[in-house]
Amino acid sequence: MEKYIDNHPKALENEAIYIIREVAAQFEKPVLLFSGGKDSITLVRLAQKAFYPAPVPFPLLHIDTGHNFPETIEFRDRLVKEAGLKLIVRHVQDTIDRKNIKEETGKYASRNMLQTTTLLDSIEEFGFDACIGGARRDEEKARAKERIFSVRDDFGQWNAKDQRPELFDILNGRIHKGENVRVFPISNWTELDVWHYIQKEKLEIPSIYYSHQRDTFVRDGMIWPFSDFVTVDEDEKIEQRTVRFRTVGDMSCTAAVASEASDIQTIIDEIRSAIISERGARMDDKRSEAAMENRKKEGYF
Amino acid sequence: MDVLRISTAGSVDDGKSTLIGRLLYDTHSLTQDQLHALEVASERRGLDSMDLSLFTDGLTAEREQGITIDVAHIYFSTENRKFIIADTPGHVEYTRNMITGASNSQVAVILIDARHGVVEQSRRHYFITSLLRIEQVVVCVNKMDLVDYEEQRYYEIASEFQELRSAFGFEGQQVQFIPASALKGDNIVHKSDKMSWYEGPSLLSFLQQVQVKKDEEQLARFPVQWINRPKEGEFRDYRGYSGKVASGDFQPGDQIVVLNSGQRSTITSIDTMDGQLKVAKAGESVTLVLKDDIDISRGDLIVKENELPEGKRQFASTLCWLDKEPLNRAGKYILQHGHFRTLAKLENINYLTDPQTLKKRDDVDTLRLNDIAQVHFKTAGPVYTDSFEKNKANGSFILIDPQTNATVGVGFAS
Repeated sequence: MEKYIDNHPKALENEAIYIIREVAAQFEKPVLLFSGGKDSITLVRLAQKAFYPAPVPFPLLHIDTGHNFPETIEFRDRLVKEAGLKLIVRHVQDTIDRKNIKEETGKYASRNMLQTTTLLDSIEEFGFDACIGGARRDEEKARAKERIFSVRDDFGQWNAKDQRPELFDILNGRIHKGENVRVFPISNWTELDVWHYIQKEKLEIPSIYYSHQRDTFVRDGMIWPFSDFVTVDEDEKIEQRTVRFRTVGDMSCTAAVASEASDIQTIIDEIRSAIISERGARMDDKRSEAAMENRKKEGYF
Repeated sequence: MDVLRISTAGSVDDGKSTLIGRLLYDTHSLTQDQLHALEVASERRGLDSMDLSLFTDGLTAEREQGITIDVAHIYFSTENRKFIIADTPGHVEYTRNMITGASNSQVAVILIDARHGVVEQSRRHYFITSLLRIEQVVVCVNKMDLVDYEEQRYYEIASEFQELRSAFGFEGQQVQFIPASALKGDNIVHKSDKMSWYEGPSLLSFLQQVQVKKDEEQLARFPVQWINRPKEGEFRDYRGYSGKVASGDFQPGDQIVVLNSGQRSTITSIDTMDGQLKVAKAGESVTLVLKDDIDISRGDLIVKENELPEGKRQFASTLCWLDKEPLNRAGKYILQHGHFRTLAKLENINYLTDPQTLKKRDDVDTLRLNDIAQVHFKTAGPVYTDSFEKNKANGSFILIDPQTNATVGVGFAS
């Protein structure tokens, strides 16, 4: 038997369930933003716990960039079916076609920025007033500043310099029509807390989190997955490597790590001794010192 | 594994962000790419050595001005404890963000610049710390390297602070003094070899061993958050009352009273998706099932039969004003206590306390940003508070402006 220690602070689960229930109680049309990554999978489990034995009273929304790992989409559809959840999918490609948007070009091109447009359009289309997201404060310095209930104006913008005070655990979700609130139930969780929770709850996760063989190439000292969505320079040689992903974003902006980890405990041990942070593998954060803050201001997740 | 929530406070440039950077750096909680980003950012600002404060001052406006505007939450853990630090701003205009950060913390670390001693913001922040009834306080006399690690200077500041303590402190509050240099790393994680005269713990070893009181020891309070009614399927007839136990504990068999209606019933089970519980303790999110089919809605309070709080439509409280717009004496505000909302009007401002002079002023007719006053409320519906002193979770509430929807005040029931 594998040795198993319960390292997940129970207090974090209680807090997250409390926040999710508060969303259902204070808002008319909440939605859970689902990416297929470990954080949103954790959110789904917490939502199930919050309303058990009743079903989760709001749908999931996936903003599909079209650049996903196929494993993530396959996993998403299976989870939704098995758990009896309602899923809404909106495609970045449709936004591009409808609004006649020019996509980024060049070797660092990604659809990361365009996701925001599709997300804001979907919020308007369905009239969502609260979007539950899996962002954590430990991920990035701008996220570290975010409230649990974070108000966005009619344009989806975040005003970081003038946030609502949030006292004790009292949450104020009152907003004007057209505004919405981004809610972060796992704000206080770290990457390791999420993994300990996945272990404790025996949650299924997309296979790309585990070690596997993949065609890759090296760019800027990182291992990139080869796919139709990337432009590879001539000197960037495509090779098969044993890798896994620490975070699940688009195939065009998520780097892999060399890893043999094929179970959760090994992943946990690996993260413990890692010398690179989780978002160190996200090209989208590296564009500038304030990359995340700028995207958040515009309405990013 | 337990979680300890800490907040830092202190004036601008007392080195709060540097202190947190130091804690992370010396506990090896920063990864290579985070360190690299810090180095690059420090170089860009023309600094010779790494500026650890750049790790927590995450907003562009903060980095431009070298100040903290809003609370940053920082996480690290040691062997048996997870730490959540709220790094709060020092500027007086951002005091409301300091209160946001401090309201959820169990330990307050107040920094004092060894060169300047107790200044206005130290007073204000300690005043707020005591108002929030944070029982564990660390006074970290920082920048000891700039006063040659002088024992005498440290004791001067400590005795200066003791005066504040006799003015604002409360019974049961523990204060630990630590001389330190966050910049040089003295007494933050490792004990300093430059201050052999100091026999106490380093900041980290204090935080690792400090014990905090749990809300379980208080009277049982359960604010009803959500009515769980599946209405169809296997659990068609299920009716449960979901919420987080605010204080005390509940067990199946407990005779309860629902407030405001006064209806009585018995808890038959305490449900979670992981099974039924024998006891639900403070802080646990659960669903209560009752013996009788009675009318209960969100905002009601479930308590034990012989532990009833008094419902009041007029009551005294301390109020901290958090909005840039001053209090409108003619206006009505929404008072939110737990999940209960009712309209409230401020009947009277008894007096305002100036944390700088300790003077009480009774000549004020309104409240402005960061003012702290003793007031009297009148509400549309009865509010079932305990005094904040006895029960933090059931003794606090917020005020919401119904026009702007902003959270404009936080109250502490007397």
